[in-house]
Amino acid sequence: MYSIEAQGLTKDFKIVQSREGMKGAFRDLFDRQYRTIRAVDEIDLRINPGEIVGYIGENGAGKSTTIKMLTGILQPTSGDLKVNGYDPHGEREQFVKTIGVVFGQRSQLWWDLAVRESFRLLKKLYSIPDEDYHRHLNRLTEVLEMGPLLEQPVRKLSLGQRMRCELAAALIHQPRLLFLDEPTIGLDVLVKENIRRFLKQINEEYGTTILLTTHDLSDIEALSHRVVMLDKGKIIYNGGLPELSKQWGGGPRLYLELKEEWALSALQDFTKDISAEWQHIEGRCYRVGLTGPDPSVSEVLSRVVPHASIKEIRIEEAKTEDIVRRIYQEGVPHA
Amino acid sequence: MLEKYMELMRLRFLMMLAYRVNYYSGIIIYSLNIGVYYFLWMAIYGDQSSINGTSSVQMATYVAVAWMSRAFYFNNLDREIAQEIRDGTVAVQLLRPYSYVLGKGFQGLGEGVFRLLLFSVPGMVIVSFIFPIQLPSDASTWGWFAISLLFGFIINTQINVLTGLMAFFILNNMGMIRAKRVIIDLLSGLVIPITFFPGWAKEILSYLPFQGISYVPSTILAKGVPLAEVITFLEVQLIWTVLLWVPIRLLWINARRRLVVQGG
Repeated sequence: MYSIEAQGLTKDFKIVQSREGMKGAFRDLFDRQYRTIRAVDEIDLRINPGEIVGYIGENGAGKSTTIKMLTGILQPTSGDLKVNGYDPHGEREQFVKTIGVVFGQRSQLWWDLAVRESFRLLKKLYSIPDEDYHRHLNRLTEVLEMGPLLEQPVRKLSLGQRMRCELAAALIHQPRLLFLDEPTIGLDVLVKENIRRFLKQINEEYGTTILLTTHDLSDIEALSHRVVMLDKGKIIYNGGLPELSKQWGGGPRLYLELKEEWALSALQDFTKDISAEWQHIEGRCYRVGLTGPDPSVSEVLSRVVPHASIKEIRIEEAKTEDIVRRIYQEGVPHA
Repeated sequence: MLEKYMELMRLRFLMMLAYRVNYYSGIIIYSLNIGVYYFLWMAIYGDQSSINGTSSVQMATYVAVAWMSRAFYFNNLDREIAQEIRDGTVAVQLLRPYSYVLGKGFQGLGEGVFRLLLFSVPGMVIVSFIFPIQLPSDASTWGWFAISLLFGFIINTQINVLTGLMAFFILNNMGMIRAKRVIIDLLSGLVIPITFFPGWAKEILSYLPFQGISYVPSTILAKGVPLAEVITFLEVQLIWTVLLWVPIRLLWINARRRLVVQGG
């Protein structure tokens, strides 16, 4: 059984179109015009138990809407959806017991209560047996270093402290599936690091499936087994991160500074049987882009060294960020 | 099953304790109201010892009981629900394994129980020293009153929930909420007992749920109503609590279908 299985999942929103001016406002009173916007457009998605999947896309690409459908908050306009074997919207009360959710921008803890009281309430809400509750809370307290926070009211916590408590709150009932919507937004590097380590740990230890959306691609690089990229409500990429780089021409780049200046055509001649793109930057500096299916830096160097002596070498790995930016800017290339 | 709702109720009770200023200002407002309405009614009575079959002592008792009951059945769930719909927190609540509407109801009950214990009971004792009121001494009348007051709470809460849920359809329903509050205070018999309304209005009100909120419980306690009539009263209240579930269910199902989460 899949953790998440969506087929043709679609969500339309109806938006009121206001007419212009006073006359328009009066007409709107009696006869409203609506425009339908398709936020999520027939996506198919399958996620296996134990996977960590990064869900990325620009603002307004439909990420949050998808998450809200997967968690049962929104009803899909059409399509089939089974999450943990439930219909999330139809069987909400049963279904939500099997998932944990963290929204980076919305607190789920009770603002006026001490953190411990929030956990106590969750224990009752999820009918967690005493023994499991204490064992699990102790473990979470230890790993997330929440000890000193438990007696404080939520509103007095810093963002980083709150986020750790939110994570604990989402996991206290040991859900099989965890949704994270922008979990590291606004956090400093150290806290981010901690949270990533923790997520990896619970994934390995309990086999918790994780679906996370984020703008910070380093989250995804650190965690995800798979990336799903969304643009204008459609999935434009679904696969591993390394393949993403490869597929969209983001191989490593080699910066060379040679002893003397060479003609570009001469250099291209050395590597004409492998896919390397030479570019002249300035003076004796050149850039080689490695684009082919399996280009290697040493291959290029071995071709160049016999002819030209090299003064300095710098290798730059393609950054996911650059690739993703390029995809957004240029649309889906040769996919 | 019930355990989680009891926990929600308990937490609301604790939260009320945390906001003490509300508590103190509430005491002042309710004492003022009882005072004002007491003197107003005594002025209306003047030398007469009885109007419409209600003696002045019964009237004074009615005023005190009605306002102290209001402390129990009154809550701001309408405002709270509307607020949560507007700022989108309702979405987060939908991630919890309980019914949103029922959860709210029990939170309202936590609030009611808080005010009943820390406010109405001591308030009633103080009022009975200051004003010439007469409370019944037999346990059965108090028992009927308690049941009827609980029904009053349920009906009022249901109307609150309905008003609050309207925010799904009309994003700014503050006006409606304010209007509803005044209408309930007037038509429930809090300000003027239903027996004092003109005949045609009485007739109309007998077909509306509002009398079940304040008039019914207060009358049971203040006037001493024969048992047969008490039973009829309770039946009417029961019918309304059942009937009001229907629009709430319909509204909620419809609302969930067209929920748009504000702000991401």
